[in-house]
Amino acid sequence: MRRMMAAIVALVLLALPAAYAVQPDEIMSDPVKESRARGLSRELRCMVCQNQSIDDSDAPLARDLRLLVRERIAAGDSNSQVLDFLVARYGEFVLLKPRFERQTMALWLLAPLLLIGGGLALWLQIRRRARSGADVPAPPLTPEEEARLAALMSDEARSS
Amino acid sequence: MIAEAGHYALVLALALALIQSIVPLIGARLHDAALMNVARSTALAQLLFVGASFIALVTLHVNSDFSVANVYENSHSMKPLIYKITGVWGNHEGSMLLWVSILALFGGLVAAFGNNLPLSLRAHVLAVQAWIASAFYLFILMTSNPFLRIVNPPIEGRDLNPVLQDIGLAVHPPMLYLGYVGFSISFSFAIAALMEGRIDAAWARWVRPWTLVAWIFLTLGIAMGSYWAYYELGWGGWWFWDPVENASLMPWLAGTALLHSALVMEKRNALKVWTILLSILTFSLSLLGTFLVRSGVITSVHAFATDPTRGVFILLILCLFIGGGLSLFAGRATSLKQGGLFAPISREGALVLNNLLLSVACAVVLFGTLYPLAMEALDLKISVGAPFYNLTFAPLFALLLLAVPFGPMMAWKRGDLLGVTQRLLAAGVAGLVAVAIVWGWASGGSTLAPLAIGLGIFVIAGAVTDIVERTGLVRLPFATVLHRARGLPRSAWGTAFAHAGLGVALIGIVCETTWNSEYIATMKQNDVAHVAGYDLKLDGLFQRQGPNFREMIAEFNVSRDGETISVMTPSKRSFTTRGSSTTEAALLTRGASQLYVSLGDATTEGSIAVRIYHKPLVLMIWWGPVLMAFGGMLSLSDRRLRVGAPKPARAKQRLQPAE
Repeated sequence: MRRMMAAIVALVLLALPAAYAVQPDEIMSDPVKESRARGLSRELRCMVCQNQSIDDSDAPLARDLRLLVRERIAAGDSNSQVLDFLVARYGEFVLLKPRFERQTMALWLLAPLLLIGGGLALWLQIRRRARSGADVPAPPLTPEEEARLAALMSDEARSS
Repeated sequence: MIAEAGHYALVLALALALIQSIVPLIGARLHDAALMNVARSTALAQLLFVGASFIALVTLHVNSDFSVANVYENSHSMKPLIYKITGVWGNHEGSMLLWVSILALFGGLVAAFGNNLPLSLRAHVLAVQAWIASAFYLFILMTSNPFLRIVNPPIEGRDLNPVLQDIGLAVHPPMLYLGYVGFSISFSFAIAALMEGRIDAAWARWVRPWTLVAWIFLTLGIAMGSYWAYYELGWGGWWFWDPVENASLMPWLAGTALLHSALVMEKRNALKVWTILLSILTFSLSLLGTFLVRSGVITSVHAFATDPTRGVFILLILCLFIGGGLSLFAGRATSLKQGGLFAPISREGALVLNNLLLSVACAVVLFGTLYPLAMEALDLKISVGAPFYNLTFAPLFALLLLAVPFGPMMAWKRGDLLGVTQRLLAAGVAGLVAVAIVWGWASGGSTLAPLAIGLGIFVIAGAVTDIVERTGLVRLPFATVLHRARGLPRSAWGTAFAHAGLGVALIGIVCETTWNSEYIATMKQNDVAHVAGYDLKLDGLFQRQGPNFREMIAEFNVSRDGETISVMTPSKRSFTTRGSSTTEAALLTRGASQLYVSLGDATTEGSIAVRIYHKPLVLMIWWGPVLMAFGGMLSLSDRRLRVGAPKPARAKQRLQPAE
């Protein structure tokens, strides 16, 4: 709730003393490699700043990680090698997109299972009900409603 | 004196709420109209006292009475008046007071305008409202009293967090709260219906306007917060999939589903059980949001008041209302008879699909937010961030958007999918043409982006098609069309605007994320940056003194093809009291696109780090929600939807045969 205002409280505490996320001096000369580095940075968490990627964060640790990513890319690592390297060092926590594993299976499978299961169940139920025929009768009227109905009807009878 | 009066008013409000919690229910049991009517008076009196309490706190802030801890911690005598007022809810205690004030406001509105509700339903609804209110009054009085005094009052306050000293704080939290708390009404109606064991189409007609009001405010509140983050935080992001943002998105998703299922219930008397469940879940998610932000259980950029006592207290409230609500539901739901039948391919079926997709999307967000917590209990730390949601949430919404144009064009009970598809042919073609154009224009790049833009166009064109068909534009003479357009129910217009808003927002999101250009460099005076066809020349750096801050301003001359367009002045402000600083990005709007400049650190040699973005069509991201909210307001102004509206039509209704 009150995202921004809260936002902002912590952001200030965490982030403001430093400057920006990616600094001019970090950028790699090869634009292809730089864009790979930016892509990877967006998938990596800055561990001291809670829920930010290292691409967004201003914390010194995020800068170290960004440089590390670029170092690995410069050394010729593939994207998955870079990620493996960082996970080996900092644990799964560093990945903003958790890997598909035994413990995260429920997380990843939730959407497709719910969608398929829910869709199937709904389809069957609607079809069954549609076939089963007549509408269920409306609930009976309460005594007050009966009285009101009677009054209205007699009203009607009088006026017509 | 004012602080004590405010405190006392709050205690009185609690006492009133306790009376309102019990007496009307006894009245309903005994069929005693006088006892049931107590709810009306107490709800209005509660509004009066909470209002007084809130005004007391505002007065304390405006007067800079630093003998009150809350004012001392969040205000400063030199602060501009507007921020003295908005600072009231820029902190935990004050924002809780705003929360209960809005709760009392909604309770008061039901009491004042609920005259045509059956007496016992109104009594039940207001009693349930009072339970919620009592719990939160107790919470404030026991753990978060904003009126606490300091024994030795300091001379000066500690100032409000600088980032909050922005007009965004004046608008965003109140809007968001009107949304969150507004859903308490549908919750109370649902609980009341379960307690009474009676629910019918009329119930849905009473609930829908309240849900719509809450939904409109929540939509605007989220959009507003997103724009505020975009311009204030200085890196141009507008949505971070942060747990606290998710906490506001979940009630929105559930609330959107609720709006649509209540429609089915009102029109066709079907989906009763589901609508009741959604009403309970939507408010539960609002409460969960309150808990998540204030308990400190989640790691979030937005960590707010992280006090374990408060967390435990809110958790108790949460368990009580969610657990209680769901148990009542489990016990009573089976006694609610299902109504109208429909074929799977029908308007009802389309709305069920809408509910399925929105619910799954909501479940994904809920799971993504809470999963890391659960894993932590198993000693495994994982993160769930934007890349996860892009892979799970986005496809669900794509499916939903694909189905959106079909819904309103489908007939009730039994629809004709093939027929609707034919009628949507033009919209589909428009979408495909858009795909082709974007594909050709942006050769290379993401393959998904053109498809997504085509989808957005399809949704907008679908909404237009619906209106065109209903008014007979193209087929009929213009005068007839005009007449029919005027006669068209406002809710039909509302649907079209809200649905088109979805398409607009989607196009904005895709353009901003795909074709955003960025320039990061250290610049000296007279350096020129070239971004997306614009030339930005750094004219110089200046110092300026503000009311409670000093700022360094960089002046950029913006030109395109040699012609000067404008001057942009991003700045960095340092606030002396808190020793912190903010970046004030400069924005230049060109159509729906924006240039965005923000400053980094200055070096000793007189150069400065700058980030310049060109964000194509970025404003459409927020125009979309504004359109949706506008659609909601149109729908709300529809006479058929307003509570108490049927009166003029009564004479006619009387003659209609029973259904």
